[in-house]
Amino acid sequence: MKKLLTLILLSLFAFQTAYSGSDGKNSLSKKNGEVRDCFEKVNRATFAFNQGLDKAIFKPVAKGYRKLPSPVRIGTSNVLSNLSNLITIPNNVLQGDFNTAGINTARLAVNSTIGIFGIFDVASQMGFVKDYKKEDYGQTLGSWGVGEGCYLVLPVLGPSTVRDLSGTFAGILGGDPWYNITVKNDTHYFSDADYYYSKGGDGINFRAKNIESFENLEKNSMDFYASVRSLYIQDRIKKISNSDGVIETQDDSDWDEIKSN
Amino acid sequence: MFNKKIKFFIFIFILLSQHSLSYSLEPNIFVQSTVNRASQILSDDIPKNEKIEKLKIIAKDTVDIKGIGFYTLGKHRKNLSESQKEKYSELFNKYFLKSFSSRLAEYTNPKIDVQSQEKINENYTIVTSILVATENRPEINIQWRIYTKNIDKPLIRDLIIEGLSLARTQKEEFGSIIQSNDGDINALFTNLEKFINN
Repeated sequence: MKKLLTLILLSLFAFQTAYSGSDGKNSLSKKNGEVRDCFEKVNRATFAFNQGLDKAIFKPVAKGYRKLPSPVRIGTSNVLSNLSNLITIPNNVLQGDFNTAGINTARLAVNSTIGIFGIFDVASQMGFVKDYKKEDYGQTLGSWGVGEGCYLVLPVLGPSTVRDLSGTFAGILGGDPWYNITVKNDTHYFSDADYYYSKGGDGINFRAKNIESFENLEKNSMDFYASVRSLYIQDRIKKISNSDGVIETQDDSDWDEIKSN
Repeated sequence: MFNKKIKFFIFIFILLSQHSLSYSLEPNIFVQSTVNRASQILSDDIPKNEKIEKLKIIAKDTVDIKGIGFYTLGKHRKNLSESQKEKYSELFNKYFLKSFSSRLAEYTNPKIDVQSQEKINENYTIVTSILVATENRPEINIQWRIYTKNIDKPLIRDLIIEGLSLARTQKEEFGSIIQSNDGDINALFTNLEKFINN
């Protein structure tokens, strides 16, 4: 009961902060693409700190990870993807997407058993939908109409928004079954370290897949911070829309008055 | 004689109609042929600088650089004088060609397959393609915003990679530079010059 109350309060907090400053017509940052960077100075400082950390630790580790044989990397990526179902499934349900929740539950069951803890993606080979999309509580809040609120850069964790940070707290406060059985409750089967290893592995896996893209972006950006901020916000809008089509960030109106060469 | 004349006119008519048709280029074919041209250059065994120069020629021919430049200025383009517009166009053209070609030159023989196209309105068609996966990189979805106002000469206005628009990212980057310098467009000019000369 206490947990439920906390979650409700958290959702209300997210609604309040995300809507504060809205013009009352549009949910923040969606139509005009303007990002609300309320704490820009602090964010830029944290971003610089994270970049230092990335250069010293994450990037070298990601490069080392890349040198591992391909089957090891694919297996690791599969295990992490399988684990993420534990957050995706409740969010599929909260978003009213019961069909996908059912498919992802079946995927989780098959891959965790026949696929040996998710190392092998047997479910895809058995004909379950291959295009698995992760969902989280921030995305669910977004799909309920909560605006992103102020943009944030978190130490180590990187870009976020008030809404997405609220979603992360929702996970820690009971919404993440993996966190519950590793950190929160002593199940004797898992330890805190399992949770932190999996989260660290997620980060390294993501970084390893994007080494060239980040290098390229940094090299060709005049304001790298602003580029990353824009990409993060666009990515979240895309994920919340759950659409492969052209979304509102590529709204035509701004293009229409532009003359060509 | 009369028959010969008719045959001649029919022949000329067919020839002309074929000729005019050949200029109307479908956006998906335009994208695939552009990609193939770039891919050929990237796989050629020539020095990187030569590749960059050849890629610049393709970009000038197929990308609406001026249009993208003014789009990326966003609301600030309305406050520019004619001379500032001229200066900006010149700087952006150099900036774009340098940035675009050096980004592309990092790839060796990328394989892009055009999948489909969707006409949004008279001016725009979105072409969907896939950058085929390699050992180190997963498959990547790339959408191309093609400006089709002049159907004889389609132009690329944006690349949307996994849902992320390069033009919008650029626009927000430029906006951030101008905003953090109290709305002074000259700050953007200085940054562009630095990038070009770097």
